[in-house]
Amino acid sequence: MNPQSCVHIHKEWDIVGARQLGREMAKEIGFSTVDQARIATAISELARNIYLYADQGKISYEIIYNNSRTGLCLIAEDEGPGISDISQVMEDGFTTSGGLGAGLPGVKRLMDEFEAYSEIGKGTTIKTVKWLR
Amino acid sequence: MENFFKEKADEYKKLLAEYIEFQDEKALYGVELVSKAFIKHNILPEEIVNIHIKALKELYPDLFASFEHSLDFLLEAMISYGLAHQEIQNLREQQIALKSEISVAAQMQKTLLKTKKPDIAGLDIGVISVPANQMNGDYYSFLQNLDGTIGIAMADVIGKGVPAALCMSMIKYSLDSLPKESTPPPVILGNLNRVVERNTESNMFITMMYGEYNPETGKLVYSFAGHEPGYYYCADEDRFTEFSTAGLVLGVSEDVEYEQAEIEIAKNDMIVLMTDGVTECRDGDRFIEIDEVFDVIRQYLHLSAQDMVQEVYRYFERLQDFQLQDDFSLLILRKTV
Repeated sequence: MNPQSCVHIHKEWDIVGARQLGREMAKEIGFSTVDQARIATAISELARNIYLYADQGKISYEIIYNNSRTGLCLIAEDEGPGISDISQVMEDGFTTSGGLGAGLPGVKRLMDEFEAYSEIGKGTTIKTVKWLR
Repeated sequence: MENFFKEKADEYKKLLAEYIEFQDEKALYGVELVSKAFIKHNILPEEIVNIHIKALKELYPDLFASFEHSLDFLLEAMISYGLAHQEIQNLREQQIALKSEISVAAQMQKTLLKTKKPDIAGLDIGVISVPANQMNGDYYSFLQNLDGTIGIAMADVIGKGVPAALCMSMIKYSLDSLPKESTPPPVILGNLNRVVERNTESNMFITMMYGEYNPETGKLVYSFAGHEPGYYYCADEDRFTEFSTAGLVLGVSEDVEYEQAEIEIAKNDMIVLMTDGVTECRDGDRFIEIDEVFDVIRQYLHLSAQDMVQEVYRYFERLQDFQLQDDFSLLILRKTV
């Protein structure tokens, strides 16, 4: 796939930029206000994870089509330490207990599709899609 | 769902219009019901804020832009609450599933650890073992030897709940593998000690009492491994006497020699064995005294041993407001001839 836009995450302020771009694209595609807010929050979580744990990375955005559906696909990539046990971080109560936020389970709830790949020492890639209803 | 949502959104709008005009309690009660219906259908807070924004826009098409923005801001603030709500909902469902799984395990444990109370003329046996939670960390067992003697085991894993219960199965199978012959209690405890020491984490300990009763002579040979003492009730003197032997709890060190002692009981005398769930019963902040256990037993002396232990349990259950602090096990053996 060929990402149409991309935001690099180096510092906390970049999270705001990432949210902004995502919200604008979501609005353009025709997502409702509630879904726009959800997509922005999902981007926030992904970007914060990069900022907090991987130091830097990027989020790519693409408008995708499947049959008659339109969706927004987000890909968050970093070259950070990686996640040793993805199942564990996908468990409710694991990341939130320390007040770190909604975590990856939150992203999964906010979006429609969710895939995570991670390799220790190499980094993490998370791909997630929200379809227009 | 789509229909439900639209129907409730319309109702919300109607109630909102009514309230804005009259500020009446009826509308507020109405929105309480709508809100409950939303919760029941897992409608998230941000969606309710959105319903509010839409309703307001329809009722007041000339709404101030700044006011409208403030509501969008509120919606944004609700997203994380919505996520937290979903998470808690999911954790609650997991808890229900877990509870039912544990209850299946507890049922299975009951079946696994079942022991048959020996039916021997001249001997009246009563026994009860009730876990504080679902799974029991106490265990008792009867072994009938070929020579007519009866092995009596009572054990208590230090700790309670699932780990204690899992550990207890080990004692059960070790006892099951013993030859059906009279074996000195210290030998049995020594064997079990090695099994426990080898097969458990170093922080898992078991207290245990093993005795062998001879129905013909009325003699009980026994050995204790850090377990709550037993009591011998002499009917003639109406007196309880403590009996025990010194010995380390099972699982601490590999080579432990256990001691042996014996008592002889006469007609109507009793042997009372228990776990610390009995002696550590609490009445408010006060631990009960062992004399209180004796007094309760005395009240029910006229009953069969089984009814006696049941009544004693009922007494302490009531005393603790039906919330056991620890697994509770009590065994009474009465010589009737």
